[in-house]
Amino acid sequence: MESRIAILLLAPLLPIVIGLAVRRPRASEYLNLLASLVVLVVALPLPFAIDVPREMLHGYLLLDPLGAWVVLCVAVVYLLSSIYAIGYMRHDEAGDRRLPAFYALHAGFALTMLFAPLVNSIGVYWIAIELTTLVSTFLVGFERSAESMEAAWKYIIVVSAGISLALLGTTLLYWGGSFVLGETYNLTWESLVQVAPKMPPVLLKLGFLLTLIGYGTKVGLAPMHTWLPDAHSEGPAPVSAMLSGALLNTAMLGIVRFLAATDAAGQGALPHTALVVLGVLSLLVGALFIVRQKQIKRLMAYSSIEHMGVLALGFGFGGPLGIAGALYHMLNHSLCKPLLFFGAGNAMHRYGSKRIRDIRGVLAAFPVSGWLWLCGAVAITGAPPFGLFLSEFAILRAGWAGPNLWAVIVMLVLLIVIFVAFLNHFRAMYLESPPLPSVPAEASGNAWRTWPMALALAPLLVLGVWWPSAWTVLYQHIAAALGAMP
Amino acid sequence: MLAAHLSPLAAAVFSLLVIGSLLLAFVMLGSRWLKDYMLAFGVQSWLIGILSALIGYYGGYHELYAVGALTVLFRGLVLPWLILRILRQLPAQRELHEIVSPSSSLIVGAALVIFAFLVAEHIASALGLNSNVVVLALTVMFSMKLIGFQMLTLRHEAISHILGLLVLENGIFLGSQILVPGMPLMIELVLLFDLLVAVACFGVLVRYLLANIGSTSSRELNRLTG
Repeated sequence: MESRIAILLLAPLLPIVIGLAVRRPRASEYLNLLASLVVLVVALPLPFAIDVPREMLHGYLLLDPLGAWVVLCVAVVYLLSSIYAIGYMRHDEAGDRRLPAFYALHAGFALTMLFAPLVNSIGVYWIAIELTTLVSTFLVGFERSAESMEAAWKYIIVVSAGISLALLGTTLLYWGGSFVLGETYNLTWESLVQVAPKMPPVLLKLGFLLTLIGYGTKVGLAPMHTWLPDAHSEGPAPVSAMLSGALLNTAMLGIVRFLAATDAAGQGALPHTALVVLGVLSLLVGALFIVRQKQIKRLMAYSSIEHMGVLALGFGFGGPLGIAGALYHMLNHSLCKPLLFFGAGNAMHRYGSKRIRDIRGVLAAFPVSGWLWLCGAVAITGAPPFGLFLSEFAILRAGWAGPNLWAVIVMLVLLIVIFVAFLNHFRAMYLESPPLPSVPAEASGNAWRTWPMALALAPLLVLGVWWPSAWTVLYQHIAAALGAMP
Repeated sequence: MLAAHLSPLAAAVFSLLVIGSLLLAFVMLGSRWLKDYMLAFGVQSWLIGILSALIGYYGGYHELYAVGALTVLFRGLVLPWLILRILRQLPAQRELHEIVSPSSSLIVGAALVIFAFLVAEHIASALGLNSNVVVLALTVMFSMKLIGFQMLTLRHEAISHILGLLVLENGIFLGSQILVPGMPLMIELVLLFDLLVAVACFGVLVRYLLANIGSTSSRELNRLTG
C-alpha cells in the first residue's frame, strides 16, 4: 500500500521536473498525460482496497476510504483535463513556449489536490489547501489578459482571507483539545474525533463554524462564492475543469471530517443546520444567476456552486443515505463538469466569443462533440438516465426522512428552476438560427478535444442505470467511519 | 495552561506586548501611506517574535526560541523587505480613494475591538477561565482578525490587501502562541514558510496586474460581474 501512495504522489512530479528540465512542449504534454494515467490506475482501486484507516509515513499521511474516494475524483478529472489540454492549449501557437510551464503548474495543482485528502494532521491539511490556491492562481491567470489577472487576484485574496478563518477555527479546536490531552499533542483527524466529546462545547461549535466558513469559501458555498465564477470562467478550459471537478471536493472533505467530530461529540444539530442553510443558499444563488446568465463559462461556474450546494445538503442531511448520495454525487459531478467545460471551451474557440448569444447552431459546427455536450447538459441538470439523477434523488430521500423538510422542498423547486433555465440556454445555442450567415468552418475535428468528452459521458450513463453494489458497501463503510450509522 | 498561571511580572509583560500589537494594528488603520502600513506590520511582527521567546522562557518550550527568531527574521525583516521591493515598482504610494477616511475607520476599528472583547469574555466565562491574559489574548486575536477584514474591505490598493491578509495571520499567530504554546513546532515552521511563498506569489501577481491593467487598485477590477 505504501508503494502505491508513493507512486500516486511521485507521478505528477514527472512533468514538473523533467518537463521543466527538457523544455519541449510536446514532451511536457505527453509526460503530463502519462502521469495522469498512472495516477488514475493507482487511484481507481484505492477506495476498495482499504479495510481500516491506516497511518503512513510516521503518521503524517492517513489513508482511509473517504480520503481515497476524493483522491479518485481528483484522478478522474486530472486525466480528462490532461487529455483535453493537449488539444486545447496547442492552438495557441505563439504560446507554445509557455506550455512546459503550463503543464508543470497543471501537474503541481493535481499533486496538491492528491496530497490534501491524504493528510493526517489538521494543521497540515490547512497548508495543503492553501498550497492548492497558490498553485492554481497562476493557472487562472495563465492567459494574462486583463480579465484573467482580475480573476486571479480576486481568487487569491478572497480565498486566502476566507481560509484564514479556518486556521483560526483549527487553533480554537486545538486549544479545546489541550484541556483534555495536555499542552502538546498532534491534532489529527482521528484524535479530533476522540477528543471532541470531552472538549468545551463552546470551542467545538465556534471552531466548527469558523472552519465551515473558511473551507466553505474554498468549496464555493454561497455567500462566500464570489471568487468562483470569475476564476472558473477566466482560466483556460482544462483548468476550469480541474477547479470545478476536483478542487472543490478536496475542501469539502475537510468540512465533512469536522462535521463527523461534532457528531461524535453529540453537538451535531447546529453544524448540520448550518451546512443545510449554506447548501440552500448556494442553490438559490446558483439558480438566480443561471437564469439570467450571458456568458457560457460563467453558466457552468454557477452550476458548480449549485452542485456544491447539493453536496452540502447531502452531508448536512446526513445519515447513511445522505452520505452515500453525496459521495455518489461527488464522482458524478467530477465526471460531468469537465465534459461541460470542455464543450464550452470548444465553443469559445470556434465562435471566438464567451457570450451565449454568439454561440448558435452548435450541432452544425460540432456534429459529434455537440451531441456529447448536449447530453452533458441534460446530465448536469439531474435528468435521468444519468448518474446525477440517482445521486440527487438519494439526497432528496435522505432529507425527506430528516427534520429539514423545508430544505427538501426548496431544493426541489430550485432544481426544477435550474433544469428549465439551464436547458433553455442550450435550446437557444442549439436550435436558434445564427445571427451571422455562417462561421468559418474548423479545418478538422480535433480528436483530443472530443474524446475526453466521450470518456466522461460513458461512465455517467453507466452510473445512471447501475449503482454498483460494491459501492454501497463502501459508502456504508464511510458512513460508519463518520459515525452516521445507527 | 501556561497563560492561566503566570507570575505578575510575566503577565504584565505579555499584556504589554499584546496591547502593543493591537495598537500597531490601529496605526495601520489610521494611516494613508503604504510604507507606514508596512513599517507598522514589521514592528508588530517583532513584538510577536519577542512574545514567542518570552513564552518559550516562562513555559519551558525551548523550540519557541527558534519560532521567535524565525518570526523576527521572516515576518519582521524578509517580508517587509519583499513588500518594500514591490512598493518601489508601484505608481501609488498611498491610498488615493478612501471609502472611509482614516479617522472614521479608527472608530469602526474601536467598535470591532469592543465586539471582540464581548466574544472573548463570553468564551472565557464559558470555560471558567478568569485569567486576564487569556481574555486579552482572545480579544486581540479576534480584533486583529476583524481589523484585517476591515482593511481588506475598505481599501483598494493591492499592497493594502496583502497587508490585511498578513494582519489576519499575525492575529492568529499571536493568539495561538499564548493559548496553545505547545502546538507542534512543524506546523508553525510550515506556516512561516507558507507565508513567504504566499507573499512571493502576490509579488508576481502585482507585477502582472500592473502590466495588464495598468494599476494596482481594486477599483479597476470591475470587468467580471454577473
